[in-house]
Amino acid sequence: MLACASMGAPAKGSWGAYQGWWAEGNKKQGHEGRAPGLDGVVRTLYRYYVFALEVRHLSVRLGEFQALEGVSLEVPQGAFVAIVGPNGAGKSTLLKAFLGLLPFRGEVRVFGLPLAQADPLWFGYVPQIKTFDRSFPALALELVATGLRRRWPFRLSPLERREALRALEQVGAEGLAFRPLGRLSGGQLQRVYLARALIRRPRLLLLDEPATGVDRVGEVDLYRHLEAYQKASGATVLMVTHDWEAAHHASHVLVLNRRVVGFGPPERALSEECLRQAFGHLGHPHGLFVEGGRG
Amino acid sequence: MVEALAYPFFQRALLAGLLLALVSGLLSPFVVQRRLSFLGDGLAHAAFAGVGLGLFLRGEPLGFALPFTFLVALAITFVKERTELSEDTAIGVFFALSVALGAVFLAKSRGYVGDAMGYLFGSLLAVGPGDLVAVALMVLFAGAFLPLWGPLAYATLDRELALADRLPVVLHDYLLAGFLAVGLVLAVKVVGLVLVAAFLVIPGATARLLSRTFAQMTWLSLLLALLSTLGGLFLSFLLDWPSGASVVLFQALLFGLALAKTGFSGGK
Repeated sequence: MLACASMGAPAKGSWGAYQGWWAEGNKKQGHEGRAPGLDGVVRTLYRYYVFALEVRHLSVRLGEFQALEGVSLEVPQGAFVAIVGPNGAGKSTLLKAFLGLLPFRGEVRVFGLPLAQADPLWFGYVPQIKTFDRSFPALALELVATGLRRRWPFRLSPLERREALRALEQVGAEGLAFRPLGRLSGGQLQRVYLARALIRRPRLLLLDEPATGVDRVGEVDLYRHLEAYQKASGATVLMVTHDWEAAHHASHVLVLNRRVVGFGPPERALSEECLRQAFGHLGHPHGLFVEGGRG
Repeated sequence: MVEALAYPFFQRALLAGLLLALVSGLLSPFVVQRRLSFLGDGLAHAAFAGVGLGLFLRGEPLGFALPFTFLVALAITFVKERTELSEDTAIGVFFALSVALGAVFLAKSRGYVGDAMGYLFGSLLAVGPGDLVAVALMVLFAGAFLPLWGPLAYATLDRELALADRLPVVLHDYLLAGFLAVGLVLAVKVVGLVLVAAFLVIPGATARLLSRTFAQMTWLSLLLALLSTLGGLFLSFLLDWPSGASVVLFQALLFGLALAKTGFSGGK
């Protein structure tokens, strides 16, 4: 049986595996050392094309509370990663660290670049709790447009307007465009926020429980939209979820409990052993181990 | 009414008032949506301490009030950003400190402090040519505020999204507090210390009742601020009322009308 922790080792196609391959080749030819000629530009390019995220020894402290400790992982581009774990496991904290919203120790590289140098337009973010000011006079369409220009629009250009309407249509929310933001329900807000994240065609989509407050039909719809976007754009998706069925559909699952408990394809990461380590128990109200859960 | 325009003092007051209305009309939507009306009050009292210091040292009171209020605005923002204390607590502390300092300065000022009344409620006669220059400079300064409208509005709606988009949200908070402080001190001559905070709140509040978007709210707030300054100053001239009181009463009247309109039409 595969131990949970070993899944954090470099995946095939990772920088580590690549270095190993070079070292082996060198040894055969009687050379020593790292892959030659690949530092600097080529190395950056390699990372740029292979990884969406490289995380090394990431630790986040929230006051006295150690929210995340020694998280290391490499997320290949185009992966659909479901992040699961118990409450307080640091799932949202991890996304916030990637967005630069929280100070952390360790190293995070996004498409090969240090986080501070990453273009904010690469990220599409849907927060879990909508903390926006409900009394702010705003239309859904305007919020979606902020995804394009990173500031509040005084006036929407015809192009922005078209783009924003198209993004809303993409998530089945075109009817909400001219509704006041403060009057939308939880599920409607999720769609509008998702449209805002998608309008900039992000390379990295960070979703914090995007299906919260969405009804069952809407949820299926939401995942369909997400999948369609990901297929069309090749974007990398990181999604915090409590929905095991959705996790089973992902290409990778990250089981988190302040540390990486397991990371890999769903059938391995969602194994009994990993989940016992993460949750400390197996009984889950949603029937965690129901056979045929992959649907 | 037209003869009022023949008096140079009225011309100056009107021009200064209208220029200030531009500044307050622009800032007011942010004051309302960020719930900064108490900050306005706190800064007005900081200006009171500054005026007191000016009278005590026999200098130009507003020359002292301006830097003092600006520093208090930055200090309040600093305490809010760097400690666990909420903004209203930070304001409460500086509010009390300012009033105490102002009282000490006024008590120790020798000679005639009757000027203080003009500073409390505003006076049409108080606007000198020098003040006009200061206000005109402020309007140019407010021009620098215009590019901040978009980022500030974005962070007003959802601070986390703005931070995730790497906007310098904290810097913008300091800038907004600084703009408020400067705008407020310059409005003191026309509106007076007691009413200057209302001058920054009511146009935005009225505009909020009538608007569906923030851009609309900003336009309306500007328009309402200009209209009530114009109406208020004429009222002040004709009835010999304190100018600040007249302007604020005019603003309150417009607010009442907007409230009645939204009330009768059954909500926003």
